[in-house]
Amino acid sequence: MKKLMLGNEAAARGLYEAGCAVVSSYPGTPSTEITEFAVKYDGINCEWAPNEKVAMETAFGASLAGRRAACAMKHVGLNVAADPLFTMSYTGVNAGLVVFVADDPSMHSSQNEQDSRNYAIAAKVPMLEPSDSSEARDFVREAFAMSERFDTPVLYRICTRTAHSQSIVDTAEPEVPEPVPYRKQPQKYVMMPGYARLKHPVVEKRTESLREFAETSPLNRVEGTSDELGIITSGICYQYVREIFDESEARILKLGILNPLPDRIILDFAASVKRLVVIEELDGIIEKHCRSLGLCPDGRNLFPACYEYSQQLIARCLGRRLPDAAEPKQVPARPPVMCPGCPHRGLFYTLARNKVTVLGDIGCYTLGAQKPLEAVDSVLCMGASVSGLHGFNKADPSNSGKTVAVIGDSTFMHSGMTGLCNIAYNGTNSTVIILDNSITGMTGHQQNPTTGYDIKGDPATKIDLEQLCRALGIGRVRVVDPYDLAACDRAVKEELAADEASVIISRRPCVLLKYVKTAPPLAVCADKCRGCRRCMGLGCPALSFRDGRAVIDATLCTGCGVCSQLCAFGAIQKQAEVQK
Amino acid sequence: MNTVSIMICGVGGQGTLLASKLLGRILVDEGYDVKVSELHGMSQRGGSVVTYVRYGDRVFSPVIESGEADFIVSFEKLEAGRWAHCLKRGGLIIANTQQIDPMPVTSGAAVYPADILDVLSAEGVRVDAFDALSPALEAGSAKAVNIVLMGRLARYLGLPADKWYGAIRSTVAPKFVEMNLRAFGLGYNG
Repeated sequence: MKKLMLGNEAAARGLYEAGCAVVSSYPGTPSTEITEFAVKYDGINCEWAPNEKVAMETAFGASLAGRRAACAMKHVGLNVAADPLFTMSYTGVNAGLVVFVADDPSMHSSQNEQDSRNYAIAAKVPMLEPSDSSEARDFVREAFAMSERFDTPVLYRICTRTAHSQSIVDTAEPEVPEPVPYRKQPQKYVMMPGYARLKHPVVEKRTESLREFAETSPLNRVEGTSDELGIITSGICYQYVREIFDESEARILKLGILNPLPDRIILDFAASVKRLVVIEELDGIIEKHCRSLGLCPDGRNLFPACYEYSQQLIARCLGRRLPDAAEPKQVPARPPVMCPGCPHRGLFYTLARNKVTVLGDIGCYTLGAQKPLEAVDSVLCMGASVSGLHGFNKADPSNSGKTVAVIGDSTFMHSGMTGLCNIAYNGTNSTVIILDNSITGMTGHQQNPTTGYDIKGDPATKIDLEQLCRALGIGRVRVVDPYDLAACDRAVKEELAADEASVIISRRPCVLLKYVKTAPPLAVCADKCRGCRRCMGLGCPALSFRDGRAVIDATLCTGCGVCSQLCAFGAIQKQAEVQK
Repeated sequence: MNTVSIMICGVGGQGTLLASKLLGRILVDEGYDVKVSELHGMSQRGGSVVTYVRYGDRVFSPVIESGEADFIVSFEKLEAGRWAHCLKRGGLIIANTQQIDPMPVTSGAAVYPADILDVLSAEGVRVDAFDALSPALEAGSAKAVNIVLMGRLARYLGLPADKWYGAIRSTVAPKFVEMNLRAFGLGYNG
């Protein structure tokens, strides 16, 4: 059946059709929907793991048990899961194992622009990359077959544009393989030095077998008839190239297998054209490989190393004519903002007001770094707020009275709790604020171990954050409602002044959650508003300033009341009061 | 046929994703090759959002750039100005006249260019500007702005209205179907 599917949705379809039995993932844009769509298929046992390392090890265990398994993560998630990946390369698999990694060129939703192909090379595992949804489905089946044939985990790279573009997929019925019985094989699965030494040469030999496989695989193919211009490319760049050049204008080597690269195909292709060009986003990996083969293609000399490409970028770099177009207009930017009624806003306002240094973390609350709140001083990676705070206070204990870490509930479970354990164990007087909005927010509302629900929304064991923090050695743990500015102010002041480590749990569910009942919108009483702009300091999208007065957009306001607590003139009230 | 490129732009939360999903579904049913590109994640939190819909005999790139769009459907006035350079010469902008202040305007760092659609018209750009919010409210919710605008676009695309009604029924949650059918009708006939 022909259906329009997101790249990630098609990858999930591929998992279903390949009879994948277990998927364990941690959400991260642009990888999240692979698992969200996979959970809709009966027969795939899906779950949100607390982090990517746990997810990958779970998938490994499922493969060991003889069922096809997968895990999905964003590029930086693979950093977290790199440890199991490198040694799974040595153990190999029992049933097929596929690791999805979603790269984000242009950093639409990421903190860096790393190129995951480097992991495939470093861990010596094969890597595939589709260029549209149809391939996204097909390549999953190929990946499982390669995994089982070559006894290796397979990395499956997908980039934002492929992951989040819809194109047509012709679906097929699933073929569920028989489970592979588990057999005790310590030399294969126990990677202690004696056995690991035996495995390394096996891995090297496997790479050569895989390279031979890549030479004949239909996943690498040549299109076009030109003997002037030859372009080596892969993934979404293939689509951009095809958008610009028709079959007679360029010969294209489209690589579906990114690691290992096929030497003979590349050399034959180079020999068939006068000019060789490599077009690849981010790192110049294919180009470097061509150079190792003695070729001198155009590549980084013409194309940038940063940000995603497009048809016009490629056309421009190759000196082609661009369409006639007007100049872009200079208009005010529209950056993403914390939503109206966001529970993080009141807490960040309190921190900014108290001029507290804030080590931040990854989530919606990263937006607290923007104007007008500008309440966040650093953001590095998942969990770094808590461990970074410890170092900040260790280096200079006088920091501890004016510095906090802020971290979301899901991020805390991902990798914040080990940092908190370090604060208790290695003794700094640190104050950690857990922004508990009862969901994984930024990636679009995924459940996590603190929410009490699993990926299907069924009841699950709920980790109690207060008890967890106490068990990790923190004596002072208190809960505050971020809609209550006075209570937030008191909690922050008292915990910063305390002479021991503490945790403040700022607790209120994300306002976008379906079960959250919002209050009626508020309004500004025009005769009371003095135009002091104090409420504008909250950065609430429902508040704007017109003709010297604050105005509330009733279609956006959730009635959270944070702004009315700020107003010194009592000008912000319930609509009914204002109408009186 | 040549590929037709439609750009749908607006503010995160206005329902551009659902609109492009609906449009994509109809175009597939009509037998076209279709690509729809969208962005998820951080950009959705009240930021400027854009989705691309392209269809024809064979579509390669899922993205639309400067001078490539046959249609720009803008859910908000300022966003029409932000993306207008993507319009092909002779293309059409369908713009909702609704104004949603971005944070730099709210915070006083920038001024909202209220006359942006007039400026575009004066430059010779074809603009079909209308208030999509009132019919949406009439249909039952401000959230139906996206479907009102799809109704307006449908007039120009020449895709039969009954196909749209079918797609709305199969895409939208059951309890919102009636409201969205009304919203589409108001955009299509209004």
